[in-house]
Amino acid sequence: MKRFALWAPLAIFALLFAVVASGLFRPAEKVVRSAMVGKPLPDFALPAMVPGKPGLSSASFRQGKPRLLNVFASWCIPCIAEAPQLMRLRAMGIPIDAIAIRDTAPAIAGFLRRNGDPYERIGSDRASQVQLALGSSGVPETFVIDGRGIVVKQIIGDIRPENVAEIVQAVKDAR
Amino acid sequence: MRFALLRHAGLVPAPTVDLDHRRMSLRNGGSRNKPGMTGVVLAMLLPTPAVTQPVTPPAHYANVQLADPAKEASARALMETLRCLVCQGQSIADSDADMAADMRALVRERIERGEKPASIRDWLIARYGDYVTYDPPLSGLTWPLWLAPILLLGVGGWIARSSFRRRTR
Repeated sequence: MKRFALWAPLAIFALLFAVVASGLFRPAEKVVRSAMVGKPLPDFALPAMVPGKPGLSSASFRQGKPRLLNVFASWCIPCIAEAPQLMRLRAMGIPIDAIAIRDTAPAIAGFLRRNGDPYERIGSDRASQVQLALGSSGVPETFVIDGRGIVVKQIIGDIRPENVAEIVQAVKDAR
Repeated sequence: MRFALLRHAGLVPAPTVDLDHRRMSLRNGGSRNKPGMTGVVLAMLLPTPAVTQPVTPPAHYANVQLADPAKEASARALMETLRCLVCQGQSIADSDADMAADMRALVRERIERGEKPASIRDWLIARYGDYVTYDPPLSGLTWPLWLAPILLLGVGGWIARSSFRRRTR
């Protein structure tokens, strides 16, 4: 008993050290995942962002076919990096809609001209309120929505070439 | 190269962007045509643009108080217990991040409409999980937070009692 009491502080220190060291070598994930995955898309109706392209409402995600919902902005640099991947997904026949966060029509029009336009509809979210309703914590983020309007997958950050296959698979699984 | 560093605009606080930008310009300059020390110093002095700023102003209630002081007080109390999702160590009341401003606007608008703070908190927890609140609800995962202090107090009392008894002897 006495021997145990003698070694206990060292054991506690070693345990604490191990906890702190493991945190140093394997830092915790810094992204906040949406708790909406597996739940129905919240109801929203956003006005059109650019002339000639309709706005976006949650109803268009309940038409029986899975779609991608891309949360982006013209002022977001990783959104430029993921644009080619979105164009590829579009070319594979996957419909993509978008929510533009705190943006203006000329800025978005310029962004689409420079980086390509994979979107069927773009809704304008002036105060990020739909973004918050989605549980999205930044731009860019992409949600896979199945044909009944259920959120099945969230991709945080720009879609990289190596992520395309998993998104295609998720869309296939959502059918 | 810089694109790769900024994977998610929401996650990059402004100072980090600046540092990365400076380091990058230093490294790029060095590899391309060796501009010498003056070039490097000049590159470091150049102002770095704020690259991930929304182009529209924040919502009205992001930085404007509610007219009713009682409502503003309850909105403020709630904001202090909600975590900024971008700068994760700060509450949305303290943070200057754009997303925190949008969340403040959301809180104030809903309080103004007469919604209870608890229901706004629940709404956010349904979207971001318990992580969004600094006042996490008691659950299977969080019960040690409540019980540990009581347990530690008990242990402390027991140690104190035994040491006092030894002294009196």
